[in-house]
Amino acid sequence: MEPAIRVEHLQVIRGGRTVVSDVSFTVPSGTLVGLLGPNGCGKTTLMRTLVGTQVVASGLVELFGQPAGSPSLRSHVGYVTQAPSVYSDLTVSENLHYFATILGAPRSAVDRVINDVELGEHAGAVVGQLSGGELARVSLATALVGSPRMLVLDEPTVGLDPLLRRDLWALLTDLVAVGTTLIVSSHVMDEADRCQRLLLMRAGRILADDPPEVLLARTGSTDFDTAFITLIEDLSG
Amino acid sequence: MTLRRTGATARRVLRQLRHDPRTVALLLAVPAVLMGLLAWILHGRDGDFNRFGPPLLGIFPLIVMFLVTSVATLRERTSGTLERLLTMPLAKAEFVMGYALAFGFAAVIQALVVSGLSFGLYGLHVSGSAWLVVVVAVVDALLGTALGLSLSALASTEFQAVQFMPAFILPQLLLCGIIIPRSQLPAALNWLSDVLPMSYAVGATQQLSTSATVTSEFLLDIGVVTMFVIAALLLGAATLRRRTR
Repeated sequence: MEPAIRVEHLQVIRGGRTVVSDVSFTVPSGTLVGLLGPNGCGKTTLMRTLVGTQVVASGLVELFGQPAGSPSLRSHVGYVTQAPSVYSDLTVSENLHYFATILGAPRSAVDRVINDVELGEHAGAVVGQLSGGELARVSLATALVGSPRMLVLDEPTVGLDPLLRRDLWALLTDLVAVGTTLIVSSHVMDEADRCQRLLLMRAGRILADDPPEVLLARTGSTDFDTAFITLIEDLSG
Repeated sequence: MTLRRTGATARRVLRQLRHDPRTVALLLAVPAVLMGLLAWILHGRDGDFNRFGPPLLGIFPLIVMFLVTSVATLRERTSGTLERLLTMPLAKAEFVMGYALAFGFAAVIQALVVSGLSFGLYGLHVSGSAWLVVVVAVVDALLGTALGLSLSALASTEFQAVQFMPAFILPQLLLCGIIIPRSQLPAALNWLSDVLPMSYAVGATQQLSTSATVTSEFLLDIGVVTMFVIAALLLGAATLRRRTR
């Protein structure tokens, strides 16, 4: 079967600086991939490349066999940016109805995603008056409303309490179970074991591309922070 | 371009306005109060209100819509909603037309209120049709919206966006023929005024002030303003980028 993501020798230059350098990886459909690495390592740029909003210097980026950003992919790839990008002066349901129409999703999809992110009691609330965690869930719901085949989430767990974080991972696991491909970025290493596959990034390069248990075994570590440090020390030294 | 996504975008922009009643009140009240003020200032000066009133009836909405659209579009850019929309199956033309429709609708209401008060209460009189004055006011407001959509691409902050009003609109106000007729401007400025849209917007209302019938000059003026609206909307769509650096 065609891989969900194929990236080959990707190079991205922003403001004269190489932000992503010779990155290659392939992801099969229905995988939950964690993109981990410190702030500024190129995670967001790599994600913007996948959704087709980033100008690329060189290399190949394909989703489901189509070049990233192709018109045919636009209804199938959901993108949740780090800062919630929704209309703060509209209600939750007004936001979702608008994006549902743009994505060509049925009206019933709005109620479904409001339910999925547990915002039922806030459906009529103006988004600007919600808390940070609620705002993040509206932004997620906006990406889910089109039932995308792939979902790209940039630091979705930032600012969520442990309970909401657990609910979010449960929701993401459900999505993977029905065949959705997920790319989730985080700078928190302890979220790594929720993923089926880890991409560790540092300074624009991919340090490791392994399932979590393989990464731990390979580095002889018991936690992902140590694994990350071991990898960097091995490289530099 | 589909009507569905264009219409949804227009409805969404109007819903945003509805959640902001103070802005709606300002949109309707500011031009109406300004026209009242003008009528009062020129009270008893024979014919002056009928000379200055009609062009300003078009220019006030143009300025207001220019500012509102500039800020609204800039907000879409800085909040990330525009980037999100452009990863979705929304055509750039659908986005731009959605805004034009929404603010065009607001402009119709605004023009009806301001014209109704000007002709009914403030005693404005034109030789031509008062309805055509309303039409010109709406086209002028659309021009403001279209210019706001395209020029906001040049602004990266709100500070810059609001300064585009004095930078792009005030020179046109000086050159459009209200202060002195365009034919009496120094030659170079006369040529410059020939390529500025507000010259034709004001020209159209001046035709309505003085001629009882629809003149070919009026049709030419309103045609030129419409062409500027279309060109600015196309430019606005062209400045939207799905991919950025």
